Parts: sequence; structure tokens; C-alpha cells
Amino acid sequence: MMKEVAKALGYVVFKMPMGFLVTIKHFFRKPVTLDYPRYKEPMAPRYRGKHYLERYEDGSERCVCCGLCAAACPADAIYMEPEEGENGERRAKVYEINLLRCIFCGFCEEACPEEAIFLGQEYEFSDYDRGSFIVDKESILVPHPRKDNPFKRIYRQVRRVYGVTDKV
Amino acid sequence: MISGMLEIVLISAIKVVVVIIVVLTGCAYATYLERKVVGHMQHRIGPLYAGPHGLLQPIADAVKLIFKEEIVPDNVERVTYALAPIISFVPSLLIFAVIPFGADTVLFGHEVTMVISDMNVAILFILAITSLGVYGIVLAGWSSGSKYSLMGGLRASAQMISYEVGYGLSIVGVILIANTLSLRELVEQQASFGDWFIWRQPLGFLLFLTCAIAETNRLPFDMPEAESELVGGYHTEYSSMRFAMFFIGEYAAILGVAAVATSLFLGGWQGPYLPAVVWFCIKVFLFMFFYIWLRATFPRFRYDQLMAFGWKVLFPLALLNTIVTAALVML
Repeated sequence: MMKEVAKALGYVVFKMPMGFLVTIKHFFRKPVTLDYPRYKEPMAPRYRGKHYLERYEDGSERCVCCGLCAAACPADAIYMEPEEGENGERRAKVYEINLLRCIFCGFCEEACPEEAIFLGQEYEFSDYDRGSFIVDKESILVPHPRKDNPFKRIYRQVRRVYGVTDKV
Repeated sequence: MISGMLEIVLISAIKVVVVIIVVLTGCAYATYLERKVVGHMQHRIGPLYAGPHGLLQPIADAVKLIFKEEIVPDNVERVTYALAPIISFVPSLLIFAVIPFGADTVLFGHEVTMVISDMNVAILFILAITSLGVYGIVLAGWSSGSKYSLMGGLRASAQMISYEVGYGLSIVGVILIANTLSLRELVEQQASFGDWFIWRQPLGFLLFLTCAIAETNRLPFDMPEAESELVGGYHTEYSSMRFAMFFIGEYAAILGVAAVATSLFLGGWQGPYLPAVVWFCIKVFLFMFFYIWLRATFPRFRYDQLMAFGWKVLFPLALLNTIVTAALVML
């Protein structure tokens, strides 16, 4: 009896205040939750988001519609039809990616011999109807040629040689 | 003579309106406080979008609840079902009729007592009224025609019976020392910090605190609700404003109990420098914070543990406290 009373007293006097201390300590910590739509955490540089098609410095498309990306794609998400461009070059007439099928593995980007297709940083492409997830060439082609990003080549090299690694 | 009566009636009416508005706003912001504090204790951020720091969240919630569709299940007892939220809501508001918010003051040339009704049996009134609240819960559980609600109602009644005794007895010590049942006189006896009854009745205060949590169905004693066991307990079948009334009632009861505890043990409105009402609000706020802190700290009791705790620990301790206090007062 006395032993039980002493134990109960010990709980009230020592254990319970310790519990309160734990919660109040966490009260003053920085929350883990992000204020998401207002504040966006920058994605990792190797994050594989929505695709984009690069251009050459002179503005012409890099993609020659060779079909290697479609062949590499394990989800069968890429569809393309070739055509002849203005100066006789081969280019894509239709280039569609089904983002619902795509598993964002990055094989297309590895397979591409022209360094045309890349998986970007964008991850906010939810929508209300399924049709809008099939993106065409116009919507993923970058509007202006960009300066060649040296890091991009390094990443590509690393991926090609070592497969997907975490260190760059 | 007639103008004197009119003055009293008018002042009382104004006091009632002001107190109801303040208490309802307090309830709304108690939900906000709870969500914020519990959120931060769990490393979350709580409401953030309605207004700066989510300060308009209670208003948004109120608007949402008012405009929601009222769903009444088929096999409910309609009259009781409609009455139950009111029965649980009104008593918790009634507590504030006897709570003194400050010392007597002169406002605009009128003598105003800062309490709606200065009853000489205020504590008895509070004990009687707070016990009534459980009828709302039991009737809601019974009339909903749902297993979960019924279980919630049954638990509420069993819990109430086991805690009411300890609740009443824990106050007796204070009454014995103060030799009065009027809350105003009780507060007036605790003029300085050293006179607070918490120093002379520490065990009584702890018992009151514990029983008050059970009385207001708060975690860790929220058996009637127990959302992880009983879906929503007694308010499973309620929606829209009727559901909101249960919640306002619950939070008003918490505020009421906080106010009672402040008046009984923490010196009520008494305090230096700041106005009396401000001191009262600060103390009630601290009490509310403690309630929420407690919620974030402890898990829910099991049902049998709760009953055993009420009858085997709280009741004997309260009895012991009463006897010892009585003996000391006699000496």
C-alpha cells in the first residue's frame, strides 16, 4: 500500500512535470510544416519533374525525333511523329508525353543523343481532366534558347557513366 | 423609484449582453488558441490563412458551420435530438452569471458591480449548473439512434457520476477556510498574492483541476468524445450549427471552469497595477493554456482506468483534504 502511494506520488511530482517539460520544449521549436503555397522549398538539383525540350543557341530545336527516348521509356509514355523542317532537317511534328503514364525515371533524358529532353524542376502540374496531362511539343519546348548550363552536362555525364547516384 | 429600478434593469441587461458576447468570442478564440498551441507542440503551424496568422479562422469556421447542410438521420428522436445541443450549451453559459470579473466600479456616473448576479450561494449554483450539462450529452447520445453516440452518452453519465463527488468535495476545503459561498467574498479574501487559496489548499487545487478536466470532457478524460474509439461520441450524428453548439458549449464550459478556478484559488481579479478585468483575463488565459498544454501532453485514459481513478484516488483524496482542512479550521 505505502509502496503504491509512494510510486503514485513519484509520478505526480516527477514524471508528470517531465512530460509537461517535453511538450513545452517542443512548443518553442521551429515547426517542421512548411507554409507551402506561399513558401516553396527549392528542389534538389537532380529532381526529376516535368519534362522540357531544349533548343540550340540559334533557336532551332535540338530534338530530331529519333525515337530513342520513346524506345527507352519503360512506361511507354512518349509518342512522336517526324517531319522535315524548313532547311531539310528532321524534327518532330508531334511530340507528346503522357504525364499520367510517365514514372519520371529519367531514362528518356539518358537515352537522348541530342541532349534535347530533360526532366525539370516543376512538380505542380495537377489538373482537373485527364486530357490535359498529355502534353504536346509546344508546351514543353523552352521558348528561348538558353545558355548552356555546365552543370547540366556534368549531371548528364554522371548519370550516363554511373547510373543514378546521389553525389554530383 | 421607478427610474432606479429601470437603471438596475438596464445595467444588468447591458452586463448580460457584454458577458455573452465576450464569452462567445472567447470560445471562438479558444479554438484558435488550441489549434495553434497544439500545432506548435506537434511541430505544425496551425491555422495560417484566414487573416494575419490565421486570426480570422474562428470567424471563417463559424460562417462555414452556419451555412452547412443540416443532416438529421432517419431514426433519431426528433424533439430530444433538437433539444440536446441547447441543453448542453446553456448551462455552460450560465456559469458566467455568477463569476465576478472585477471589483465594484463607477462607470458613467453609475455604480456597477462587475458580476451579473452576486449570489450568496454562487458555488452551489455553479456545482448544480455544471452538472446539468451532462444531460445534453446523454440525451444527444440516446436520441441519435447510433451505437457510437449511445456509447458516448453512457460514458459521459458514468464519468460524471464518478467525478462529480470529487469535484464538489475539492471545493469544500476552500469554503471551509473562507467561510462563505459567495464568489465575490471569496475573491475579496484573496487580496494579496500570499492570500491566494492555492497556497492554503494545494491538494484541493490539484483535485479541482483534475476533476474539472473530467467535468468538461477534455483530454485526457474525453471519454464521451474519444474520436479514435467512438468516431465522434455523442455528436457523431450532429452536423451544422447543432454540432457547433456542442462545441461552443464545451469551450464555454472550459472557460467557465477556468473562471471558477481563478476565482476560487488564484485570487480572481486581484492583482497589482493592471485593471481588475485584465488580471482576470490573464489568469483565465493561463488556465486555458494549461488545459491545452495538458491535452498535448497526455494520452487518453482507458475507460476502466478513469472510473478507478475517480473512485479510488480522487474521491478518497478529496475526502481526506476536506477532513484535514476541517480539523485545521476547528483548531
